[in-house]
Amino acid sequence: MQKNIDFEVSSLDKIGVKESGLAPQWYHYLKYTIVGLLFGVIFVKAEVVSWFRIQEMFRLQSFHMYGIIGSAIAVGMISVWLIKRFDIRTIDGEKIVFYPKQFNKGQVYGGLLFGFGWAITGACPGPLFAQIGTGATVIVVTLLSAIAGTWVYGKLRDKLPH
Amino acid sequence: MLEFIKQPWPWYVAGPLIGLTVPALLILGNKSFGISSSLRHICAACIPSNIPFFKYDWKREIWNLFFVFGIFLGGAIAINFLANPNPMVINPKLVAELAKYGMTNYHNLVPEDIMNWSSLFTLKGILIMVGGGFLVGFGTRYAGGCTSGHAIMGLSTLQWPSLVATICFMVGGFAMANLILPYILSL
Repeated sequence: MQKNIDFEVSSLDKIGVKESGLAPQWYHYLKYTIVGLLFGVIFVKAEVVSWFRIQEMFRLQSFHMYGIIGSAIAVGMISVWLIKRFDIRTIDGEKIVFYPKQFNKGQVYGGLLFGFGWAITGACPGPLFAQIGTGATVIVVTLLSAIAGTWVYGKLRDKLPH
Repeated sequence: MLEFIKQPWPWYVAGPLIGLTVPALLILGNKSFGISSSLRHICAACIPSNIPFFKYDWKREIWNLFFVFGIFLGGAIAINFLANPNPMVINPKLVAELAKYGMTNYHNLVPEDIMNWSSLFTLKGILIMVGGGFLVGFGTRYAGGCTSGHAIMGLSTLQWPSLVATICFMVGGFAMANLILPYILSL
């Protein structure tokens, strides 16, 4: 069994469901839908999900996307620093945990492949969902293809260099 | 007020708000920001096919699917109630380049000239929507994250592997947009 080199699925590294006890009900997850909803509104209003803005970014024709990604990272960094510095807890009182990412060659090969896809589709995975929401129904095809891509990666994973 | 909100939001408003997603998810439920994992959870839920990579309890990651459903709803709300009535302002150089490929429609965030149901039956449409989507799904999982998981969450927590990934995203994007995409768009 290969060690877990995917660092986003936190529960693969965790034992036990929730430190605070009871298994959550579906409605406990609605708070994430609300955060996602606000996020989707920002995506559309700031034109982050625009294919044209992504093309401008990759042609150095606009500062817009650099400003967005850069300031998002800055705010994220300060927030994480504050959480660590003042030991801020979750609303359930849990200690906030961070998962260190380990380097593997997938970040290079996969990163380049995703970069190709990003420039073609003008969207990373998040914007795909928002674009469908704006009524661009054909993007369902792009999303299904992205799901297929993820599946093929899972299928071939042991044969790929990492 | 509503007129003010309907304008396109500048980067210095949208960027910090997007950054706030990081602490929001951490504080609401100890969740690390990352969107491409949702594609993996969909595989694990619908087509695990006995592949080890998809054999885990996806129900414990279901928050992520609630989150992306919210992004979908947010897109729908923004376009129906808060839409900018004016056409998008695009760099004239890009407008001139795209005109060469016959692309003149700037009414939507998605370029309708190349992304529509009938273009799905052309080589160009298949390469862009099916091929591009496949690269997004395959590449993000191979890299272990996308713009949210690596560029924003990874760099916020000062992880150098995420910096490597982010640089590769950009290198790949620049190469595609400037060297290869022009040929695809000319098809």
